[in-house]
Amino acid sequence: MTHRRARSALPPWAAYGLIAAIVLVLLALFAFAGGWIGPSRVSGAAVSDALEYNAGRHAGYRRAHAKGLCISGTFEANGNGTALSRASIFKPGRYPVEGRFSIAGGNPLASDGRNVFHSMALILRTPDGQQWRTGMDHAEIFPVADVAAFVGLQRASRPDPATGKPDPDAMQAFLASHPEVRSFQQYMKAHPLPDAFTDGPYYSINAFRFTNAQGVTRFVRWAMLPEDPLVALDKRTLGGLPRDAVFDRTLKRLANGPARWHLIVTIADPGDITDKATVAWPAGRRTVDVGTLIIDKALPAASGGCRDEVFDPTILPPGIAPSDDPLLTARSAAYSNSFTRRASESARSILSVSAKEF
Amino acid sequence: MPPAATPAFHPVLRMLHWSMAALIVSMLFIGVGMVSTAGPAYSWLLSLHRPLGVAILALALVRLPVRVWSSTPALPANLPRWQARAARGSHLLLYAGMIVMPLIGWAMVSAAGKPVKLAEGIVLPAIAPHDLTLYAMLREAHGILAYALFALILAHLAAALMHGLVRRDGVLRSMLTGNA
Repeated sequence: MTHRRARSALPPWAAYGLIAAIVLVLLALFAFAGGWIGPSRVSGAAVSDALEYNAGRHAGYRRAHAKGLCISGTFEANGNGTALSRASIFKPGRYPVEGRFSIAGGNPLASDGRNVFHSMALILRTPDGQQWRTGMDHAEIFPVADVAAFVGLQRASRPDPATGKPDPDAMQAFLASHPEVRSFQQYMKAHPLPDAFTDGPYYSINAFRFTNAQGVTRFVRWAMLPEDPLVALDKRTLGGLPRDAVFDRTLKRLANGPARWHLIVTIADPGDITDKATVAWPAGRRTVDVGTLIIDKALPAASGGCRDEVFDPTILPPGIAPSDDPLLTARSAAYSNSFTRRASESARSILSVSAKEF
Repeated sequence: MPPAATPAFHPVLRMLHWSMAALIVSMLFIGVGMVSTAGPAYSWLLSLHRPLGVAILALALVRLPVRVWSSTPALPANLPRWQARAARGSHLLLYAGMIVMPLIGWAMVSAAGKPVKLAEGIVLPAIAPHDLTLYAMLREAHGILAYALFALILAHLAAALMHGLVRRDGVLRSMLTGNA
């Protein structure tokens, strides 16, 4: 009873004040957790916003890599990969693959000559329910190392509606504060541009961890290297290419039979940088050919199944795990936000089914 | 016949109440936190969000029958009618929230066509078809209901503190110590 009397010492105004204070503190903490107050942070939504700022808002389409082509085929594992990873996909066998070829940028009607950055995204599934999602680019390195720089790049490189080119001053300022972009620019300058999706190489961009059945973990990157010889576009006449030149050549090529790539896993040496996609590993690393990718079908993105897929590179089977590269998390968060935006846009039937689309 | 009123909630219910309170509040903070960032915390928070959600669903499914079949303390007889109604209504909504929210989350990941991964090698089956429109609706509902649930929890907390600090009618104690 003494306990009760001691508590009743709290006058009503103090009790009401205490209750209000507790509720307000919880609200403030919630607002802090949600990023509405406190230090600003880059969200997946901010990445979508930056991409929309750069390329405009194209309802129903991916915020990045908006122009694409659905593909499907088979992965034939030769068994060599089992020494590196316990993922079922490396056990000898044939596994179904679906995926998407695309060019970078948020404009679904971009011209293939203007936008020369090619990607291959895949979902590899095994009968035990495991799946490996990957989004690969035809450059081994990425222009920027983290999400804040990616947002900055999208803002700085927005094409001027009048000239179709980014504001040189904004771009210059961005490059001055982000010298790492130079290595990407040099890479693109030094490497040929494939004339189709079927004769280009594709790289994992980021490093990943492979863990084998013995529990040994190694840092790796991987590449899809084409069997078709690479036919390069003439970089001086890119502007004159028909809008869908690369897509049309790809469809024509696949009409003549399947295209093949070898999945080559490169193992990092101790000391190699594994958390920065802007840095390529030196030559001479050990590589293992773990199987062959056979792509035999292509469908426009609107009618193919790939429209409804997210190629989140952190959706991985046991035996493959992300590295500490912050870009991987950023890709996961940004793709998820882009997926939510385009899903709600198509739910609102903004996407016209009849629109010409790749 | 309904069970006779007792002065306090069953110890199992009290244990479930407080552990789930901690889990659900953490979950709401994790939820708003993870969509606020594309930084390294995103993957970490997402990897917590799914197993915690399933844990809350499992605990809620244990809790519901215990709540229905155990005898629970009656509200004070002198409580205004609207407050008694609000108490019953909000408890109903809280139970609905703790069961429906995880199910929507699970269905939403299913509708996105993503594996419902709880931990390395533990993937739950899909409970909804892979469908973009369905995903859009469930994703929207998951967000809106999360804010509604947080508001409801704040109201529940404020009401409990009113009982404990202002009215001092034993309602708060019936969930705290169980001593009448």
